[in-house]
Amino acid sequence: MSVEQVVAQGAEHIAVHGMDWTTKELFTYPNEFIYWSIQIVMYPYMTGLVAGAFVLSSLYHVFGQKDLKTIARFSLVFSLALLPVAMMPLLLHLQQPLRNMNVMLTPHFTSAIAAFGIVFSTYAAIVLTEIWFVYRVFFVDQVNALKGKEGTRDRFMYYLYLVLTLGAFDTGDAAVAKDKKAVTIMAGIGIPVACFLHGYAGFIFGSVKANALWMSPLIPVIFIMSAIVSGIALCMLTYIIIMEWKKWSAIIAKGKGDETVQLIAGAELDVITKTSRYLLGFMVAAITLELLDLIFRGYTAMKSWDILRSVMYGKDFVNIFVLQYGLGNLVPFLMLLIPGTTIRRVFFATILVLFGVFMMRWNVVIGGQAFSLSFAGYMHYHLPIIPHNLETYKEGLFGALTVIATPFVLFWIINKVTPSLEYKFNNE
Amino acid sequence: MKNHVLRPLWIVLAAIAVFMVVRHFIVPADFGVEEGGNFTYNYHRLSANDDWKNFKVKYRGREYCQECHEENVESILQSPHAIIQCENCHGPAIDHPDNPEALAIDTSRGQCLRCHTYLPYPTSQRSEIPGFEDPEDHNPDENCVDCHNPHNPDLENM
Amino acid sequence: MSCSRRDLLKNTFKTTLAATLPLSAFKMLSPAEVKAYTGDSSIRWVFLVDTRKCVGCGLCVKACKNENEIPWDPPISRTWVERYVLMRNGRAHIDSPMAGRDGFTDSKIRENEIPPDQISKGFFVPKLCNQCEKPTCVQVCPVGATYQTQDGIVLVDRTWCIGCGYCIMACPYGMRFFHPVYKVAEKCTFCYHRIKKGMKTACVQNCPFGARRIGNMKNPNDPVTKLIMNERVAVLKDEYGTKPQVYYIGLDTNVR
Ligand code: HEC
Ligand code: HEC
Ligand code: HEC
Ligand code: HEC
Repeated sequence: MSVEQVVAQGAEHIAVHGMDWTTKELFTYPNEFIYWSIQIVMYPYMTGLVAGAFVLSSLYHVFGQKDLKTIARFSLVFSLALLPVAMMPLLLHLQQPLRNMNVMLTPHFTSAIAAFGIVFSTYAAIVLTEIWFVYRVFFVDQVNALKGKEGTRDRFMYYLYLVLTLGAFDTGDAAVAKDKKAVTIMAGIGIPVACFLHGYAGFIFGSVKANALWMSPLIPVIFIMSAIVSGIALCMLTYIIIMEWKKWSAIIAKGKGDETVQLIAGAELDVITKTSRYLLGFMVAAITLELLDLIFRGYTAMKSWDILRSVMYGKDFVNIFVLQYGLGNLVPFLMLLIPGTTIRRVFFATILVLFGVFMMRWNVVIGGQAFSLSFAGYMHYHLPIIPHNLETYKEGLFGALTVIATPFVLFWIINKVTPSLEYKFNNE
Repeated sequence: MKNHVLRPLWIVLAAIAVFMVVRHFIVPADFGVEEGGNFTYNYHRLSANDDWKNFKVKYRGREYCQECHEENVESILQSPHAIIQCENCHGPAIDHPDNPEALAIDTSRGQCLRCHTYLPYPTSQRSEIPGFEDPEDHNPDENCVDCHNPHNPDLENM
Repeated sequence: MSCSRRDLLKNTFKTTLAATLPLSAFKMLSPAEVKAYTGDSSIRWVFLVDTRKCVGCGLCVKACKNENEIPWDPPISRTWVERYVLMRNGRAHIDSPMAGRDGFTDSKIRENEIPPDQISKGFFVPKLCNQCEKPTCVQVCPVGATYQTQDGIVLVDRTWCIGCGYCIMACPYGMRFFHPVYKVAEKCTFCYHRIKKGMKTACVQNCPFGARRIGNMKNPNDPVTKLIMNERVAVLKDEYGTKPQVYYIGLDTNVR
């Protein structure tokens, strides 16, 4: 930089990362801002959804939980749709997004983030492989069905499916049996990898010794549990929406009293009741661990407790105790527990659960930066709503909404190739 | 059609191979652990050290000014301001007198008040520097250097 | 029977020892190992801050910002000066307006009048990167863009940093920030470009009161080393185990 530029720097306004959404109270170090904002809230939230969706599907494939059969295939494909989205918040957050490949090129493995590229790719490979095995016979069928058909769309689909078969056209019993076994193995490997993927997202926070709120060996475990909770809840929610939609289209097509309508409704309730039992189980585990962490901090009352307490019981009280624990945990917990499950109640309960897990991520990520490292001051986060530059878009409400919307778009596209809701499988 | 099961694996292995080749070309050749260092703290592009070594020096020090502004240096060295470096008041020399040709002459009161506002801190040397609790009481409408010589502020010489 | 077994054990132990000893001896003598242990430089930069001498003029911050091309207007800075005013009732007022860039020219703290007769002590504490022996910021960098040099300085490779901010989060001292122009992690380098040329850092050179000093810990005759060895010095936040290498004289429990 030339001298003139250095001088000129003084005159023009220069945007400092974090200044747009941080306000300070009392004493904070000059360089302290809320550097990790909404996208870092989204990051563990989205990886959590991926991991949770996958674990749900594996409960069927590995442990043979027959009651999850219908939702299993759906959640497997959905976890594929969520996969790229787990990475998106990080890309939106990076100050140098074009250098993202450096994480894979020169991974510095003493950093929790370094493993991200590798764990993430491994996990992506596992999910893709598993889906391939589940759908291989379907691909072959499609190739056979589309063979010789004219029309651009059909030609395109034909070649797409042709590539997807990877040249494996054998649909004999022996080959199909092999597929099935491979699915089980992939799902089996997938569970620890999914848990690792997310557990280490927790480790990214738990290992930051400079941060009094994050530093805890429980954080990774808490993150895994709440990840599974959110993953299951999202699968249930999406499943309900899709089944309702199908039910309504059946009603419109065939009238309310039709047999298919009853069938769909019955199946839906059955799947949902069974899945919600797993949801409840994981919720208990997650909340127990979170409370343990909270009680432990209060009881040991280390140097940082004074400021932590003032944040938790004071400034962030509504966020933590009303929104997260109350509205996000307790209310849906009771809603699911009360006998006589109805679709509508589960629908609202899963929305609340998803909200609760989101608030938990928020309270960890933003709450961890709500106080100064000096323990003598506070910082407040103001989520940028109207974007007035690239940064306030990327790390603002609209950036977060982009991230939330993407998996649904992806699912819609993927579902065109590997239908996860209607196709009857001959190998299952 | 035997063992179609391993097909995904071949694809993954092929992808890894391609990646390794690409990596070879993108990563700077001197990226690695410094000799005698360890992976935790010394893993980096080795020439990054030189980037920082070649950073431009901007503050040159009083000895440098002395080459051309001998009078000023001598005068300040005799004064109570002997401890203050020239560039603290005139800004960094950088390549002066080539670039910039002349250094700034800042006659503002703020320049002096960063030391000469009195602060009542019993255990700090700050309270021992002659100064004003409220600078507004000491000739507020004029610049300090209108009356005091910054290079020789001794009251005797006023 | 039992006796012979013990003999056997003894012999085994002896032979193992005999076998490993020369091996380890050889290892100890290997020049590469020796080099690895001592590092190939005979320098370990350390810093000594005498808080009793600091008057809060902020000229160090001014010099640092100019020297290291840190934009002037934003409140970020590689080094800063904190003011501590402790009251008789035990309350502490702390501030560092604009990192202390323009000095402390007002006895008010955050618009609050501080009654002078109730002040028990007031002082200034300059802060800069501690160039830790075990820097967590380096440990957590996912791409190897920040690292420790052989002479103990933690630097950032501006061409390789991805700007994830993990190092900023990991530093217990809040030293790091994003450079607004280069969009990468930025931190105090002890003016690496200056100390490598035998100059003092910009802040040391421009401190009129000698509150800041830099030295080489591996040179026992270095005046700074001598002071650190002979005076009662302290470091900031040693509980994080990062082994900070900026030593302070006249630190107070209230300093954070
Ligand atoms: C190589 C000789 C040289 C050195 C070394 C040098 N200067 Fe100068 N300086 C000059 C010359 C020549 C001028 C006159 C430029 C003019 O008058 O336009 C000048 C002008 C100035 C002025 C402006 C004077 C005015 O009347 O406007 C200041 C202030 C100044 N120098 C300060 C310094 C300081 C501080 C240093 C040390 C960091 C320094 N100079 C080092 C040659 C030098
Ligand atoms: C305390 C602040 C301060 C310091 C330290 C200081 N100057 Fe100055 N200098 C000034 C001010 C203010 C003026 C303008 C004086 C005036 O307008 O009467 C000035 C004027 C000058 C001038 C131009 C006019 C003249 O008197 O020749 C030169 C050259 C100069 N300074 C060089 C130096 C050099 C060299 C040093 C270091 C030895 C130095 N100054 C240290 C504040 C300072
Ligand atoms: C870096 C801090 C600093 C700055 C900036 C500074 N001074 Fe000083 N000044 C001092 C110190 C220290 C003394 C010496 C006090 C002593 O000898 O006890 C002093 C002494 C003086 C004295 C003599 C007081 C006496 O009782 O003899 C005057 C007058 C003075 N300065 C004026 C100025 C002016 C005018 C400026 C601005 C151009 C200025 N100072 C900038 C630190 C500073
Ligand atoms: C109109 C001329 C004038 C101006 C302008 C002026 N002073 Fe003075 N200053 C004096 C005179 C005369 C004295 C000595 C008599 C006294 O103590 O009032 C003095 C004394 C001082 C002293 C010594 C005080 C002491 O208690 O020993 C300092 C320090 C000082 N001035 C700094 C400044 C600073 C800093 C400024 C600018 C903010 C400034 N002066 C502006 C005329 C001036």
